[in-house]
Amino acid sequence: MATTTVPAPVSERLTRIWETAPGLFGALASVDHKTIGKRYLVTSIVFLILGGAEAAALRVQLARPDTSLMTPEAYNQIFSMHGITMIFWYAAPVLSGFSNYMWPLMLGARDMACPRANALSYWTFLMSGVFLYTSALVGQMPDKGWFAYAPLTETAYSPGLNMDFYAIALTFLSVSTTVGAINFVVTLFKTRAPGMSVNRLPIFVWGTLTTSFSVIAAAPALTAACVLLYLDRRFGAHFYDAAFGGSALLWQHLFWSFGHPWVYIVVLPAMGIVSDLMPTFCRRPLVGYAFVALATVSTGMLGFGVWVHHMFATGLPATASSFFSAASMVITIPSAIAVFSWIATMWHGRPVFKTPMLFAAGFIILFVIGGVSGVATAANAYDLQLTDTYFIVAHLHYVLIGINVFAVMAGFYYWLPKITGKMLNEKLGKVNFWLMFIGFGVGFFPMHTLGLLGMPRRIYTYAAGLGWEWQNMWVTIGAFVFALGVAVFIANFFWSLRSGDDAGPNPWDAPTLEWATPSPPPPYNFARVPIVGSRHPLWEGRTSERTGQSLLDTGPILDEGRDTFGTTPLDAEPDEILRMPEDTMWPFFLSLSILVVSYGLLFDRLWLGAIGIGALFVCIAGWFWPRGVVRSPAGA
Amino acid sequence: MSVAVVLAITALVIAGGWRRRHDNARSSGGGNAGFVDQSANELRWIVVGGMIVPAVILTLTFAFTIVTENATAAPPASAAMTIEIIGHRWWWEVKYSGDSAGPVTANEVHVPVGKPIRLELTSADVIHSFWIPQLAGKTDVIPGQRNIAWIQADAPGVYRGACTEYCGQQHANMAAFVVAQSPADFAQWLEHQRAVVTGVAPGPAAAGFAVFQASACASCHTIRGTSASGRIGPDLTHLASRATIAGGTLANNRGNLAGWIANPQTIKPGNVMPAIPLRSRDLQALLAYLETLQ
Repeated sequence: MATTTVPAPVSERLTRIWETAPGLFGALASVDHKTIGKRYLVTSIVFLILGGAEAAALRVQLARPDTSLMTPEAYNQIFSMHGITMIFWYAAPVLSGFSNYMWPLMLGARDMACPRANALSYWTFLMSGVFLYTSALVGQMPDKGWFAYAPLTETAYSPGLNMDFYAIALTFLSVSTTVGAINFVVTLFKTRAPGMSVNRLPIFVWGTLTTSFSVIAAAPALTAACVLLYLDRRFGAHFYDAAFGGSALLWQHLFWSFGHPWVYIVVLPAMGIVSDLMPTFCRRPLVGYAFVALATVSTGMLGFGVWVHHMFATGLPATASSFFSAASMVITIPSAIAVFSWIATMWHGRPVFKTPMLFAAGFIILFVIGGVSGVATAANAYDLQLTDTYFIVAHLHYVLIGINVFAVMAGFYYWLPKITGKMLNEKLGKVNFWLMFIGFGVGFFPMHTLGLLGMPRRIYTYAAGLGWEWQNMWVTIGAFVFALGVAVFIANFFWSLRSGDDAGPNPWDAPTLEWATPSPPPPYNFARVPIVGSRHPLWEGRTSERTGQSLLDTGPILDEGRDTFGTTPLDAEPDEILRMPEDTMWPFFLSLSILVVSYGLLFDRLWLGAIGIGALFVCIAGWFWPRGVVRSPAGA
Repeated sequence: MSVAVVLAITALVIAGGWRRRHDNARSSGGGNAGFVDQSANELRWIVVGGMIVPAVILTLTFAFTIVTENATAAPPASAAMTIEIIGHRWWWEVKYSGDSAGPVTANEVHVPVGKPIRLELTSADVIHSFWIPQLAGKTDVIPGQRNIAWIQADAPGVYRGACTEYCGQQHANMAAFVVAQSPADFAQWLEHQRAVVTGVAPGPAAAGFAVFQASACASCHTIRGTSASGRIGPDLTHLASRATIAGGTLANNRGNLAGWIANPQTIKPGNVMPAIPLRSRDLQALLAYLETLQ
């Protein structure tokens, strides 16, 4: 399939209009979704490596009983940072990276609907992570787990800055996730290409859309929990202090009513990645598209009704526990629908086992293991034995590595050729897959039995003679094999930049719109705005699927400024032309102001907070200062 | 069942991948080659595999869960006795509270075999969780809340458990033991634990008691029958009758006890007990005294 061609002067003019300014200004002011997406991906992989290094340290400590390589305080800080880093600064942001890069390309748009908000979302993500890791410089990293149960986090039991870093960094990060989520929702309902109706959206887009709604609804619970914690710690508010009429369980309800939806936030788009590469590598459309799309949305909604299964042991009434137990089982059904859609797509397709497909197949197997162990924990009577043991550690890693990391790897092998224009090495890719798959199995499967043997979570050491020794050694070996797999991926990435084959626009002969652009795509994405007529615009007329006709070579060019179509929410009929914003430094400075406020809050320095707040208002004023943005109605 | 589901789906993934796999050499060549037609019955996979089968399995699982929960939620007979367990950082205080003599011990819950025992769980500081895997599931121990659990040991023996809610620096060293004894042995044990200390033999033990009184020990520990009535650390009235010290961290013998008193922060960093600087002679006397607390 050829990419769209326009005369050279037109493409040059489009490039001039859309490209980011060179130099430092451009680096800080870019609002291009592709630049922002790449930054999200790179930054989240850096956090993955940090979190992985922390995990390696933990596994060395636990490889043998009664080890004293690390002090308990060091272990507790590192296991806490491992969880916080992976869950908050890797798992969701890496998917935001793919979504930021891919959404406009998949939807046939020239940028996200709110490019400046997009930049803000990235800068706040980065700076909140920097803020979090300054805790390492002062040796006071959060040490009460990523779940940070009160009242252990109160000053009486946690006098250092550790948990202040936690509360402030997460509040800071939720600015990023919330702004990003709103941007995705607006983009979806406003700036799809004409004809990209909701029944033609890639499943990955359904995934990110669903999780964006989840973020908007769930993030305030975490923010509230963290703000109350900060008030308790700094102003003696006693929200979580039972001795003064507060409630220790208030934290858990707030945290998990955020935390469980968050689990789906870090897996649904990942499942979407697999759903979207399945057709490409099975040479046929996805089986049951509508079922999978609806399963995605219903998982997101049901995800808000299961949080109490983290709290079965807290002494809640049996009726309440049973309700949440039932809800946690029901949520299995949409996942089963997705799994059987993938199996059926493979069964009725002709699978081509390139690296992305290998990762996708491994993903399905790990997904099912993680799902089945999830059902075990949903059964509340059984969960009372399983909870807070290594069984749960196994389960959550099958979910977070199996469903997130494996899908992300599949996504990298699938989409990096689009992003960099270079193919990754297939042989290294297969080595990469098998190291990760085998390392994962060796490393994480024995955790199930360790849990059943009674090994509690979050212990910095254990006594010899409890029957846990050899399995812990296995786990450590497996973890290092897995880490080697990640290292091979990184090597493969750099190899591809130096010596990879040119990818060309569509190296996999894939069906969706992002493959209609050159690799890497030009700053304006599509020279001609595509008019979409089917779910698989690049496969039209080649499969037995009855479809409409997409127009990729005859759509309008829109080259009078940064213009893109605004379309109607459901059917994507064009109803206006939107003038998109130019490069701007305000999102960067706004994030910087929040960083200053955060340090003011951390160190209790009123003057620092005041400077930050002042700068914040200046930035907001600058951002919204009128500069004659034109919105011309369609047809004008 | 879980294993069966995993194996079945793994088999389907491998079979589905293998069945009509593409020869890699001629893949992704573009053109019409290689596409597969949709078939009429492919949605059956989703309806049967994705909806009907899991719905049946899950309904059965849930029914089984409810039945199990019902069976484990309350003892079959009314509880023989109530034991109060208080979580501390990082040890368990055990009180036989229905007993007017108020025996108190630490980290060891002695129970009579074959009798349902009611546990009342409270916390002195942060959230802990009480778990003896062979006897019952976990019940969290939450400040400001009194949670009820019950256990019944059907065979005599020592059942090891641990705190399973992360409770800070020494969460790893907070073991609990249920010691199940025949009713006669248990009655004898309880009778013994009710006794208070009535005087001290002359010699090293008496000197040791003087050290105990004079140093910081007495401000945190209680020895019933003496003026030592501190409430921060474990009750030491029958210290020597226990199998372990320091929340199950160390076996209870003279050497370990000496090490623990001399340097608790090396053995269990961060724990609440400070190192008490004692001259060697005083330490030996103190140990001699503690050994009399049978």
